[in-house]
Amino acid sequence: MTKLKTQSLHKRNSELAQSNKQLEILSNGIFANGELPTFAEKIEETGQFPMKPKKLEILQINLGYMCNQTCDHCHVDAGPDRKEIMTVETMKQCLEVIKNTGAHTVDLTGGAPEMNPNFRWFVEEASKAGIEDFIVRSNLTIIRANKKYYDLPQFFKKHNVHVISSMPHWTRGKTDKQRGEGVFDMSIKALQELNAIGYGMPDSDLRLDLVYNPSGAFLPTNQENMKKDFKKALLEDFGIHFHDLFAITNLPIARFLDFLIASENYEEYMYQLVEAYNPAAVKNVMCTNTISISWDGWLYDCDFNQMLELKVDSDVKHISEYNEDVLNDRNIIISQHCYGCTAGAGSSCQGSVAD
Amino acid sequence: MADYYDPKDLRKFGKITEWSEELGEKFFDYYGKVFEEGKLTAREKSLIALAVAHTEQCPYCIDAYTKDALQRGVTKEEMMEAIHAGAAIKSGATLVHGVMMMNKVNKLDG
Repeated sequence: MTKLKTQSLHKRNSELAQSNKQLEILSNGIFANGELPTFAEKIEETGQFPMKPKKLEILQINLGYMCNQTCDHCHVDAGPDRKEIMTVETMKQCLEVIKNTGAHTVDLTGGAPEMNPNFRWFVEEASKAGIEDFIVRSNLTIIRANKKYYDLPQFFKKHNVHVISSMPHWTRGKTDKQRGEGVFDMSIKALQELNAIGYGMPDSDLRLDLVYNPSGAFLPTNQENMKKDFKKALLEDFGIHFHDLFAITNLPIARFLDFLIASENYEEYMYQLVEAYNPAAVKNVMCTNTISISWDGWLYDCDFNQMLELKVDSDVKHISEYNEDVLNDRNIIISQHCYGCTAGAGSSCQGSVAD
Repeated sequence: MADYYDPKDLRKFGKITEWSEELGEKFFDYYGKVFEEGKLTAREKSLIALAVAHTEQCPYCIDAYTKDALQRGVTKEEMMEAIHAGAAIKSGATLVHGVMMMNKVNKLDG
C-alpha cells in the first residue's frame, strides 16, 4: 500500500487552486519591478516573439485529473479527490481527430489515465488508427494499486503501448519523499512486471521510458548523465531495465508553485530558471509541436497552459470544432512559467530539447 | 553593508571579471574546465567540491555545491559522507601536528 503524500490544492481550498491567482503571482513581483525580464521580453531579444507552432507531431490527451497519488510537485494538482474525467462523448471526438491527424504521436496522460473507467475502450479504439507512437503516461503504482489493474502490463503489450513512467530517483527515500510512502517499492515491483513481459528490455520493441523530475527547488542536471546513474542503480539493485530517461524541469505552477512559495524558494527558483535560459531551446519546446486536449475537450498549447486554463489563441478552441490547419496558424500563449521549458538543455514531456 | 555575506551576492560572482577582465576570464575558463567530465565524473568532482567547500567554510560554495549535488541526484547521505571525508582530513591535519609537539617535548624535556 502507498500512503498519500498530501491533498490537492482544490481539496485544501487553497487560493493557488485558482489558475488566475497563479498567473497573477507569475506576472507580479520580480517580473513587474524590472528585476527579471518577462518571458516575452526574453524571447524578443532573439526575435522569437510571438512564438508560432511548427508541424503538429503530438496530440497529448488528458483523460482526467483523478490519480491514486498526490505527489508533492504535481503540476496537474491531481489526486483521488479530483473528479474531472473525460467522458465517452469527448473520447469519441478525440478518436475522430486521431483518425485524421497529421500527428505521429498520441500521448495519454492524467492524473492516472488508467483510472478513467473508459480508458481501455479508448486505447483499443485509438490503437486501431495506426498511430506510430502511442504513449500512456503511467505512474507505475496504479498497476499494483488494485487487482483490477494487475493485468495492465499485458493490456499495454497487446496494444503496443509505449509506457512512460515517473521515477524521481533510484533510492527509496527520495522517491517516497516526493510521491508518498511505499511508492518506491510499488514502482519497483511494477517495473519488474513490465520487464518480465519484455517492456524496457534491451533490443525489445516494447518501449519503457522513465521521467525524472527534481524532488525540490533545483533544476535537473544533464539528462544523459542522469540516465547512466539511473540505469546503473536500477540494474544493480533491482535487475531493472528501461530504455530512455527524460529529465523534466518542474514548472512553477500548481503544487510546485505552492511548495516554492511556502518554502521561500520562489524568487531564487525563478532566478535559476531565468539565468539558465537557453534561446536554442525555444524553437524546440513542446508547445511548438503539440496540442494538449483537456478532459473536457478544450485545446491548449501544452499541458501546463491547460492547468493554467490558458486556452489556445485560435478560432478553434475545442475538440468538437478541431481543425489542424486553423490551429497551426495560432500564436502560442506564454507567461513566466515558460522559463521552465527553456532552462539549460530545455525541458518537455520528451525530456531535453537542446544539446 | 548590513551583512558580510549575502546569498544574493553569489549571483554576482561573474562580475569580478568587470574589474580585471583577463584574469577573471582566465579564472572562469579554468573553473569551468575543471568541473567538466574527465577521468573523474562531474558528479565525483561535485562531491569533492562540496567537501572542500566545508573545510574552507565558504558559505557561497556550500550553497552552490549543495544545490549542484542535488541536481546531480546525489543523496543527502552521500553528501554527509563527503563532508566527513573533508572533516577527517581537517581534524587529521590538526592532530598530525601533535607529532611536532611530541618531538619538541622530547627534545626539550627528554
